[in-house]
Amino acid sequence: MSLSADDVAKIAHLARLAVEPRESEALGRELSSILDLVAQMDAVDTADVPPMAHPLEMAQRLRADVVTEEDRRERYQAHAPAVENGLFLVPKVLE
Amino acid sequence: MHNKTIAELSIALRDGQVSSTELTTQMLQRVKTHDATLNSFVTVTEDLALAQARAADERIAAGAAGPLTGIPIAHKDIFCTLDVRTSCGSRMLEGFVSPYDATVVANLQRAGAVMLGKTNMDEFAMGSSNETSYYGPVRNPWDTETVPGGSSGGSAAAVAARLCAAATGTDTGGSIRQPAALTGITGLKPTYGRCSRWGMIAFASSLDQAGPMTRSAEDAALMLAAMAGFDERDSTSAQRPVDDYVGALGSPIKGVRIGIVKEFMGEGLDAGVGASVSAALDELTRLGAELVEVSLPNAGLSVPAYYVVAPAECSSNLARFDGVRYGHRCTDPKDLEDLYKRSRSEGFGAEVKRRIMIGTYALSAGYYDAYYLKAQKVRQLIADDFRRAFAACDVIVGPTAPGTAFRLGEKADDPVSMYLQDIYTIAVNLAGLPGMSIPAPASDGMPVGLQLIGNYFDEARLLNVAHQLQLATDWHRQAPADFV
Repeated sequence: MSLSADDVAKIAHLARLAVEPRESEALGRELSSILDLVAQMDAVDTADVPPMAHPLEMAQRLRADVVTEEDRRERYQAHAPAVENGLFLVPKVLE
Repeated sequence: MHNKTIAELSIALRDGQVSSTELTTQMLQRVKTHDATLNSFVTVTEDLALAQARAADERIAAGAAGPLTGIPIAHKDIFCTLDVRTSCGSRMLEGFVSPYDATVVANLQRAGAVMLGKTNMDEFAMGSSNETSYYGPVRNPWDTETVPGGSSGGSAAAVAARLCAAATGTDTGGSIRQPAALTGITGLKPTYGRCSRWGMIAFASSLDQAGPMTRSAEDAALMLAAMAGFDERDSTSAQRPVDDYVGALGSPIKGVRIGIVKEFMGEGLDAGVGASVSAALDELTRLGAELVEVSLPNAGLSVPAYYVVAPAECSSNLARFDGVRYGHRCTDPKDLEDLYKRSRSEGFGAEVKRRIMIGTYALSAGYYDAYYLKAQKVRQLIADDFRRAFAACDVIVGPTAPGTAFRLGEKADDPVSMYLQDIYTIAVNLAGLPGMSIPAPASDGMPVGLQLIGNYFDEARLLNVAHQLQLATDWHRQAPADFV
């Protein structure tokens, strides 16, 4: 497995990471070496094996549909980078 | 006093030989003296610790103390702590002050433990050497040119250097057990779901588990008793009663069937570590345990499967760091995409970015079957291997890590060689089983970890086997010479 600079750029975009062109060659090599390690899985036939999503056999718990959380908006927004009137601020999305 | 275990300190506190305030003051002084060398703490909460110690002294005086009341401990900086900085080893959370306590933190506080501070760790718990921390590497107290292991490297170094009586850790692929092995302490990763994940910053949610890091199995039992339990705020918390771990420590191990995994004792294992593990097995035999050979034929695929499952879950979990609600934000973003990309690239370090990208790739359109689905199937094969092994034995015993502590920088440029540190620990996380590491005889003066793996929710038996071995040996009482 060998990822090209284009592959690295595409993955970085999907992950919303900025990768400088000067980083992409080394990063491609490192990611490829990890994928080579991962490819060892191909040695075993898993056609009839059910996938294991979770270590424990458990059903999703349900709870009563009632409000249990108190309003802590101010507390939770205290460490936000930019807020105004209880809203999180981001660069303009719509013109 | 600092060399005493929790069990010993608990008696000293109750008998009035020392107060928690005196003990806490002494430990804070040790942190000041020694941590410039080790860098095991990222935050020291001196005022809070002294206030908690005073409260503990009042509780002891009132005769309402439990075994952890007044005991100075530290928390891995992955646990959210109310009004205390919680950075997870990352620039992304530099200066973040948590608005709540993690359940594990609250449980230990309720038991009366005193928090000295927060310990250094690999960034977002991704690493096996503590070198990926934004706050600098931690050094191993046994040889400060070597790493303490990771990701709970700060907790391990602090416990080994007697800067705290115990610490919390988390283990996604070996992050409690491998650093415990490399620093000569006792560390337990419980069954998945035994300790609440609430308030524990998420890395890979189907693998993450909190556990104690201590200087004896008895102390691990005392800590786990306080940490474990059902928590409705964790959707995968185990809904079953907590066993009496301390009460189970007295059983002789005559007749206990110890499984030796043949795949773990061959190629890839350092000869000195292998000899230490054999010596520990001889001692278990002398105590009456029976050794049986078991096989985990797919264990060799655990590292490959893990490096799909863990990065996939990490890429999803770490999507929350977007520069909007908390964490690092870049300056002057030109649009929303620029805000996301630059905030994340500036906030995350190299290893975290690698894992996010591997996970993103594995989950991207067209690759799901080849990577994620395949890894989940391999994960099932590994869990089945353990199920068969536990039909023939009660506890599996072998090495924790393939070697002793390596030098700082030795593996930092080669991600895959670093990943292979966890060849013996990762299968346990994939299956969701409990595992622990306790000291075996040292090799060339450096600590060696003996790994014990149990069946689901069989922590009490694991702790008892470890305790019986520790009653008969003094391997766990060895201390790094510069820190006694």
